[in-house]
Amino acid sequence: MLNIKTKNRLLIFLSIFALTIILTIFLFKTLRNNVLYFYSPSEVSKTDEKAFKNNIRLGGMVKPGSVETDDNEIKFIVTDYKKEIIVTYRGTVPALFEEGKGVVAEGKLKDKNFFLAKRILAKHDENYMPPEIQESLKQNAK
Amino acid sequence: MIKYLNPSYIFNLTGKILNIVKFFIIPIAIVGLIFSLFLSPKDYIQGDTVRIMYVHVPSAWISLLSFGALSLLCIINFIFKIKSLSLVYKSLAPIGLTFNIIAIFTGSLWGQPTWGTWWAWDARLTSMLILMFFYIAFIMSYKFIRDPINSSKVCTLISLAGLINLVVIKYSVIWWSTLHQPPSVNLMGETTIHISMLIPLSVMLLAFLLYCALIFLMKYRIETIRMKKKGLK
Repeated sequence: MLNIKTKNRLLIFLSIFALTIILTIFLFKTLRNNVLYFYSPSEVSKTDEKAFKNNIRLGGMVKPGSVETDDNEIKFIVTDYKKEIIVTYRGTVPALFEEGKGVVAEGKLKDKNFFLAKRILAKHDENYMPPEIQESLKQNAK
Repeated sequence: MIKYLNPSYIFNLTGKILNIVKFFIIPIAIVGLIFSLFLSPKDYIQGDTVRIMYVHVPSAWISLLSFGALSLLCIINFIFKIKSLSLVYKSLAPIGLTFNIIAIFTGSLWGQPTWGTWWAWDARLTSMLILMFFYIAFIMSYKFIRDPINSSKVCTLISLAGLINLVVIKYSVIWWSTLHQPPSVNLMGETTIHISMLIPLSVMLLAFLLYCALIFLMKYRIETIRMKKKGLK
């Protein structure tokens, strides 16, 4: 039905397309660890001690009730509901930083349970709602 | 059938559609802006910052949609050699690029008060930036490569790689841990935006789509005239 030239072009296209897909898959397989923006506490606990020298990002939930503020230091626990890591930070935190919400801390690990943050980013989740709805949701939860 | 593919018939038709679009765009844009700036509620945690979403999300969707459309057209043009398709994708590319830049810019305005940073090299943001470079490369390759056959080949290659990048953008927030939140509006599954915010978002999306249609039709007509002039010479 198609003439020869069109058929050839279709074949060329399909082969290049398949090749690009395979290349991309390999690319992301090798880059896997660099594509991740942050590590969860359980992933951190699996890494070896050598990795502690470099700056990493640690992400998870701020454990409710764990935030302690001193004069100019803030201390809280980041959890992924399996492992927990204590984070300390000097400086101001973003407005959206809150207990029970997502957080990404940038800094160095002192040991497997202790993290010195240089920068704190708040992570927003996918829920959007007006304050009244949030209130009624809280009421219902009780 | 032939009648509907005739350039002068399409030219007249686009003129009529253009008038309809012109008639609807301003009222819908005004309604959308009133909804999103005044009537919609504040977010329970972000406050008024949430209003940036009404521009950010539609422009991001449009930039993805238009790249998807133009790359499919480009590939069909490459395989079946339908000349008038090149007019369509040439008219689409600048619109997509503009909205891509708007999405990145508004996203960074939103990121500063919520995340605490203007930019992060996470998978979603980086792949969006890569899409912008694909757009620029695409536009450059049809502007600067004189020979139409060569330029269509290069355009197809770029759009092919860009098409894979589109998939990466879509699933970046699901496959990898990113700073950017996962999708709130899901066609299949739960939508996590409250209805009072979803309505302004959809009206704004409609307004943006109409604006795209307006620019696209105008650009398409200009490109048609340009091609006809070349034919006369």
